[in-house]
Amino acid sequence: MSASHGAASTASGTPAFSEAQLAEVRRLQGLYPDKRGALLPVLHMAQETFGYISLEAEEYVASLFELAPAHVHEVVTFYTLYFRERPGRHVVAVCHTLSCHLAGAPKIIAYLKQKLGIEPGETTEDGRVTFLTVECLCACEAAPMAQIDDRYELNLTPETIDRLLEGLR
Amino acid sequence: MAEIVLMRNFSNPDSHKITAYRAAGGYAAWDKARQMEPAAITEEVKKANLRGLGGAGFPTGTKWSFIPKNHTGPVYLVVNADEGEPGTFKDRYLLERDPHALIEGMLIAARAVRCTKSFVYIRGEYVEPWRRFSTAVKEAYDDGLLGQGLDIIIHRGAGAYICGEETGLLSSLEGKKGWPKIKPPFPAIKGAFGQPTIVNNVETLCCVPPIVTRGAEWFAGLGTKTQGGTRMYSVSGRVKKPAVYEASVAITLRQLIEMAGGVSGTGRLKAVVPGGGSAAILTADEIDVTMDVDGLKNAGTMIGSAGVMVMDESVSIPEALMVLARFYAHESCGQCTPCRESTGWIYKMVHRIVDGHGHKDDLDTILDVAKRGAGTTICAFYDGAVGPYISYIEKFRSEFETLIPHA
Repeated sequence: MSASHGAASTASGTPAFSEAQLAEVRRLQGLYPDKRGALLPVLHMAQETFGYISLEAEEYVASLFELAPAHVHEVVTFYTLYFRERPGRHVVAVCHTLSCHLAGAPKIIAYLKQKLGIEPGETTEDGRVTFLTVECLCACEAAPMAQIDDRYELNLTPETIDRLLEGLR
Repeated sequence: MAEIVLMRNFSNPDSHKITAYRAAGGYAAWDKARQMEPAAITEEVKKANLRGLGGAGFPTGTKWSFIPKNHTGPVYLVVNADEGEPGTFKDRYLLERDPHALIEGMLIAARAVRCTKSFVYIRGEYVEPWRRFSTAVKEAYDDGLLGQGLDIIIHRGAGAYICGEETGLLSSLEGKKGWPKIKPPFPAIKGAFGQPTIVNNVETLCCVPPIVTRGAEWFAGLGTKTQGGTRMYSVSGRVKKPAVYEASVAITLRQLIEMAGGVSGTGRLKAVVPGGGSAAILTADEIDVTMDVDGLKNAGTMIGSAGVMVMDESVSIPEALMVLARFYAHESCGQCTPCRESTGWIYKMVHRIVDGHGHKDDLDTILDVAKRGAGTTICAFYDGAVGPYISYIEKFRSEFETLIPHA
């Protein structure tokens, strides 16, 4: 296994983990009865490290699991939290499921479209914000709400959105 | 009204720390359970009438007893913390505010089913709950509670509602896309990595320590004849005080809406979803039902994850169905044809009805497609979509018809 790691880490432009990260990959793989169990956690690592999961990153991760790249590709494309293109520096994901809808999510979404000048699924030209609409984030008691990067932002209004967007550099 | 069991520690700002949990009597149930025979623990949970609180309502002790007695290999305990049912947010509170209650419940459950390695599958979007729970697990290792008979591995999901379905969750845990598996074999016989596995919801396991400490009879006495205990109701939508409320499983839906401050908006109730997005809708005349598993089953709907979404008279039911239909179209995993195709087409049809472009036969077509597909798929996801399709249209048909030209 380690030979292919060494080769990947030296090739320029090819996504590759550091030695410390490779040790972490092996630790994660050892936690599961079958090392493939660590695929989702390692893909999270890959996204944190490379910013998104390119086809090259899929191939690299596949090599760490001795899987065909297609098996990694079908996993990456199945889940919504893996980005296949580089997202903006911040991700604003507005919940649009029922409780948020009842609490005014459509107005929040319209306001963001106007403020950012983009549609859901797009990234601002300056690469600052990727704007998404997403299904229930399970914070319905504080609807309408959104996830901005790692944080849940609750009880949104146009005013709070102004303030939150100011904070995104 | 009823006793506060699950949310007993929430008012303490340090409730997530092991020191606070121990100071409030935490881990006493584990001290007791570790002296008990595994079968005796299962028996106690059976007698308590604890039923799964993630959605299916299956008797927990009975589930535990399905682990084959003669199995010599590993047995896994998998915690379903992939909360995602629209309208539900209770497990988020438990993970953030009482993570040690879950760890203690896991220790006891693991002893009952002779498991030494467990997994907690937390939805990927739950970053703060994951951090809180991870810190608690570390505290439990440092304390010696974990690592001496039970290990906990925390596994983060990556965004997919279907992974809350227990076999979809297991596929995801195994590093695959979250496609549900055909049952039988049930996970208790052949689950994670091919080994006998118990999958339990967060809240379900949090009920276990109080059952061990205070006894099955006490817990059973909090509920109905067929379901013991209290549970956490996530109440949202058009109520004055949307929040998570703990009450007996025997509370009525009307009482629960009153607990949440009553109906907001116009103040006049139109409809309620009693158990998360996948539950059939109830009209304003149908809320004198008890919220236990069997009470809502008899009312033609389900308690599911106890996500209660309230709609006042100003809410458009066709629009509400459109929003849910979009959810099901987006979240269908694509494995079974009836679900993959119907969820997409039904969303398009409800959408065009809401837009004023519905066709005369659309409502009957949706009902026909929904009814034919029910029960034909690998998992319960499509049946969960059919509940709203049929109930919203059948109970509020005239409201849909007014939107359809020449209906």
